[in-house]
Amino acid sequence: MDEVIVAENLRKEYGTFRAVDGISFQVQRGECFGLLGPNGAGKTTTIRMLYGFTPKSAGSLSVLGLDLDTNLRTIKGRLGVCQQENTLDPDLTIEQNLEVFARYFDIPKGESRRRADELLAFIALDHRRHAKIPELSGGMMRRLMLARALINNPEIVILDEPTTGLDPQSRHQVWDRLEVLKNRGLSILLTTHYMDEAARLCDRLVIIDHGRILVEGEPRALIRRHVGDHLIEIVDPTDRLCTYIKNERLEHENLGYRMIVYAQEQGLYAKICSLGAQGCSLRQATLEDVFLRLTGRELRE
Amino acid sequence: MKGAWRVWQRNWTVYRQTWRISFVPPLLEPLFYLLAFGIGLSALIGEITYRGVGISYIAFIAPALIAINIMQSAFFENTYASFVRMYYQKTFNAMLATPLSLEEVITGEIVWGATRSLIGTAIMMAVISAFGLIRYPEGLLLLPLALLGGLAFGAIAMLFTSIVPNIETFNLPIFLFITPMFLFSGTFFPIDALPPWAGSLAQFLPLTHLVRLARDLSYGQIGPEVFGSLAYLLLFTLVAYLLALRGMARRIIR
Ligand SMILES: Nc1ncnc2c1ncn2[C@@H]1O[C@H](COP(=O)(O)OP(=O)(O)OP(=O)(O)O)[C@@H](O)[C@H]1O
Ligand SMILES: [Mg+2]
Repeated sequence: MDEVIVAENLRKEYGTFRAVDGISFQVQRGECFGLLGPNGAGKTTTIRMLYGFTPKSAGSLSVLGLDLDTNLRTIKGRLGVCQQENTLDPDLTIEQNLEVFARYFDIPKGESRRRADELLAFIALDHRRHAKIPELSGGMMRRLMLARALINNPEIVILDEPTTGLDPQSRHQVWDRLEVLKNRGLSILLTTHYMDEAARLCDRLVIIDHGRILVEGEPRALIRRHVGDHLIEIVDPTDRLCTYIKNERLEHENLGYRMIVYAQEQGLYAKICSLGAQGCSLRQATLEDVFLRLTGRELRE
Repeated sequence: MKGAWRVWQRNWTVYRQTWRISFVPPLLEPLFYLLAFGIGLSALIGEITYRGVGISYIAFIAPALIAINIMQSAFFENTYASFVRMYYQKTFNAMLATPLSLEEVITGEIVWGATRSLIGTAIMMAVISAFGLIRYPEGLLLLPLALLGGLAFGAIAMLFTSIVPNIETFNLPIFLFITPMFLFSGTFFPIDALPPWAGSLAQFLPLTHLVRLARDLSYGQIGPEVFGSLAYLLLFTLVAYLLALRGMARRIIR
């Protein structure tokens, strides 16, 4: 297989603090690769190292088969980056944002016009082409950031939380667009805090925390491996039920008013229901369950 | 360094949308000064002796007004305007995700600052020429001088931009650097009028040399002295430019 990104033992230190602490992963051509993790896990720092914005402290990085240290300009010409923060140019209109950005890639004027038209249609903003950036809603800006990242027909797009702050409609629209791009053979590196998004879009993903990779794999496989297909969620568990669960040594998590039992046996659900709990439900395990189980439930600073 | 040109083009694209407003200050400012100082003060001052020749006060200050405008155009562009682009608009961050390098971004910004000086000078020359205060063809050399002066003040401005913690802090270099230069660089009175220690100090101010060159070119008295001032400005520009690149790398690359 053809790897478009190979990161080996990537590290970033700020003073004595290790924001990224030895991360290794590969992204295959044509796949969507997810980088998940709680706030401050080191996702953005990793991404910034990928396009040379942040110099790495150690490790090696090769993108599109080229070493990043010696081929940065070439690599950047073939990448599309949608940064976490909004970096649209408020002095320019929507259309100009795309055309001026195209110039940075040395795309000739006629060609950039054509691509801008195409991309504005792609993100359904062609009717607002002359609007200034501050007139746009947050969702429109995010979509424009995505379009701008595509202006150079990149081989890889790097998307740092492309759907944060979007309403469900816009989120689904962005997903559709990303699926179209994937079908065209584009490689995608994605970070997101929406686990349903990651499960839907990512072929493979890593979950990182404190700058280290916790797990790597396909979303379905990760769910099966770390949670199982189903789990039982109990609201307000009775004491009797708690004792039962403890005695049976069932794998569980007690959140006080809520309890989650990671168990696969069919009979168990009926048994638990009969032990008297108000709300008790058997549901399909999700990537979010994996995420919370692996990274814990405490808030990050 | 082709990328620097792309950055310049971005600013030019924005400027073209607001050029009508940007045109007004360099058009009116020399008029106000010439009226107030030239015509108002001329009556009190009469002639001034410059390089042993008596000239009218209005002819004395006209080239200085151009030099001041060169200084201010580039300085304000590469402090306030560049800071807004860098800090608030994240324009540099966006550019750095493209093939552009940080050196190209900063160079493009400084050359753009110098371009603002050039545009201002061209407009002011038109106004001042209407009073017959510039000798041609030598006066045309004011245009390349505007670029050089613009680069010098743009580069030093960029250096300040790389170190100020916030936009209010620009008050400090303006109060401690720009305002004293505005007053004491042989702009509104000859440097000879200063006490000797202050006169020697003034020789280190870039505006002193810019004003001197602007006068020589306006009066068409181009002698070997111009090379000293030119060399000083070139050196000043180079040092400020290198420091600005270093400062910006420190500020932005993390
Ligand atoms: N320039 C910097 N100087 C010092 N520390 C930094 C810097 N940039 C990031 N960090 C720290 O590095 C860690 C990782 O930050 P990063 O932005 O990569 O997190 P993230 O995974 O993208 O989080 P989020 O989901 O909130 O975007 C954080 O603890 C952050 O405070
Ligand atoms: Mg982030």
